[in-house]
Amino acid sequence: MDSQPIRLLPRRLAVGAAALSLLAGSLFSHVASAEVNTTGLAVTDSEVTVGILHSATGTMAISETGSIQAERLAIEQINASGGVLGRQIKVIQEDGASDWPTFAEKARKLLVGDKVATVFGCWTSASRKAVLPVFEKENGLLYYPTFYEGLEQSKNVIYTGQEATQQILAGLDWVAKEKGAKTFYLLGSDYIWPRTSMKIARKHIENVLGGKVVGEEYYPLGNTQFGSLINKIKLRKPDVVFAAVVGGSNVAFYKQMKAAGVTADKQTLLTLSVTEDELLGIGGENMAGFYASMKYFQSLDNPNNAAFVEAFKAKYGKDAVIGDVTQAAYLGPWLWKAAVEKAGSFDIDKVVAASPGIELDTAPEGYVKVHDNHHLWSKTRIGEVQKDGQFKVVFESDLIEPNPFPEGYQ
Amino acid sequence: MEWLSEFGAIAAMQGFNGLSVFCVLLLMALGLAIIFGQMGVINMAHGEFLTIGAYTTFVVSSLTSSYAPAFGPYYFFLAIILSFFIAGAIGWLVEWAMISKLYQRPLDTLLATWGLSLVMQQGFRSIFGAREVSATLPDWLMGSWNPTEAIDIPRNGLFVMGLTLLLTALLFLMIYRSRWGLQVRATMQNRVMARSVGINTKRVDRMTFALGCGVAGVAGAAFTTIGSTGPTAGSLYIVDTFLVVVFGGASSLLGTIASAFSIAQAQSLLEFFTSGSMAKVFTLSAVVLILMLRPQGLFSAKVRK
Repeated sequence: MDSQPIRLLPRRLAVGAAALSLLAGSLFSHVASAEVNTTGLAVTDSEVTVGILHSATGTMAISETGSIQAERLAIEQINASGGVLGRQIKVIQEDGASDWPTFAEKARKLLVGDKVATVFGCWTSASRKAVLPVFEKENGLLYYPTFYEGLEQSKNVIYTGQEATQQILAGLDWVAKEKGAKTFYLLGSDYIWPRTSMKIARKHIENVLGGKVVGEEYYPLGNTQFGSLINKIKLRKPDVVFAAVVGGSNVAFYKQMKAAGVTADKQTLLTLSVTEDELLGIGGENMAGFYASMKYFQSLDNPNNAAFVEAFKAKYGKDAVIGDVTQAAYLGPWLWKAAVEKAGSFDIDKVVAASPGIELDTAPEGYVKVHDNHHLWSKTRIGEVQKDGQFKVVFESDLIEPNPFPEGYQ
Repeated sequence: MEWLSEFGAIAAMQGFNGLSVFCVLLLMALGLAIIFGQMGVINMAHGEFLTIGAYTTFVVSSLTSSYAPAFGPYYFFLAIILSFFIAGAIGWLVEWAMISKLYQRPLDTLLATWGLSLVMQQGFRSIFGAREVSATLPDWLMGSWNPTEAIDIPRNGLFVMGLTLLLTALLFLMIYRSRWGLQVRATMQNRVMARSVGINTKRVDRMTFALGCGVAGVAGAAFTTIGSTGPTAGSLYIVDTFLVVVFGGASSLLGTIASAFSIAQAQSLLEFFTSGSMAKVFTLSAVVLILMLRPQGLFSAKVRK
């Protein structure tokens, strides 16, 4: 709360960069490395080393590529504006290869071998659970970008995506109010995130909204046949289909919904698992008119986001798309920089202690603040899928307090 | 009465769904039925040959929409034909460079083709990017056909069905009615004897493998209408594919058909009356049980012991 909001870069990066780094250099260079680094991290007078740990290969590369791109963009921008405490950020990127033990091994390599000051990484909950013991034992710091099921809080992790209640409750409230929804069909891929999310959703629907769950179903990851399910949806006629299907199944599900004539004019659908990234594979025309509940959409209309989208496209091509997690990943380096500068030190314990209360009013999603529980205060938006693969924002909530251990929902 | 007609409509759609799953399973298994069933090669990279077809369709689709939009509604046929030849050609190369060295070592083939599948996945990722892509489907393939008000029959399902019937019929003719098919079957039954009566077994092997891969390419092209196109899309299909071929009895095309049919019907019905994950559990348990009682699969070629 006492921290200053951090200003993002001026839009003309290249022009200002040199001047800024000179300025920043003169401000901070007198701070000796021994003072800002008492625990032997990889920090020199001119450089600080950080790690990026995502899957660049394997099945998860589909999702994690965007996060790597966003983190690299943020780091590049921070470096262009003078770095962190006058030091340029050097990145060591490791590949988790969509394999959870590999994630743990690479995390240990980054923390023990490379002595990185922080790590930006992980995407699935499974990979996060795999690296968590390593980060806690070696006292590292992880910025984790994905929206996830909650029920976790670690001293060594800052969660820059939404926990389940932030994403789910606002979405359900909206659909109950705007669409008068009373009956819900819950549907997901069969693993921890959809199951926990649907458990929360069911409690909220039954206890708070006074609605009814007319079906709840999980399909194995990678399932590509949804015909029977779609017939059941037609039979039960729910007001809303509430979906958290992921991966290749996601594409199959929406293509087959469209083919079976279940389109937005006949059926309301709200999903937790489709961002602009997924829409590339699904095709906007297969999903037009359905809704997604997220904290960020690429189409958000604010100056921060306009600058972010422009910089992202300048670096990765005009066809690049930015999904919710990509934006959350972009916040990681900025939040870390703010915490380090507030702490005046790279020491993990000091950075962690300085993190709660850090605010960014320059985030593409608008304003975020780090809560004592290491999650972010954020808004939830409802986006309507457009044919061109973008979302139209139709609703925006107030700032929602993160609550990873929601009482009455477990 | 309204209740009854609605029930009828759901039953009709569910019935169609069973058939549609059957066709999908059969289509993905046909190529492998040739390669594994006829040649005995455990091709773990079969899913990636499907993916070649899917990416070919994507490329043809994007080229069409940028250079010849008028051709849009018909590009899919071109994509299917190209998929067959591209996947077939790559299959031909793979047989020449790798499989042909490994005919006496089936377990090594398994490892080698698994490695090949990883290489191909990374290849797709390097060429097309890690993210999924989607081919723009022509309008006539989208949406549903309504014989009555309440019944929606997916058009892509009908299309896949038609394609499967056509392909199965063609393969049947080739394997059981053509001279080439006779050579294939002779080679598989007794390679040495086949060679001694003047069959060029190397050529037969290469052509058979290429044909199987080409058929997989066609299946992959068709699946762009119902599933995803990404570097690892093939891995979604590989388990089901082997399941169908092994359950059917590896060396019989009829067995593959019977197996695809029974697995599809069981799956579709169980999904309707239980739930997605449970249906899978029940189906797989039944398959395991039947294979324990009948290890050779549903149908098996008669061989002298």
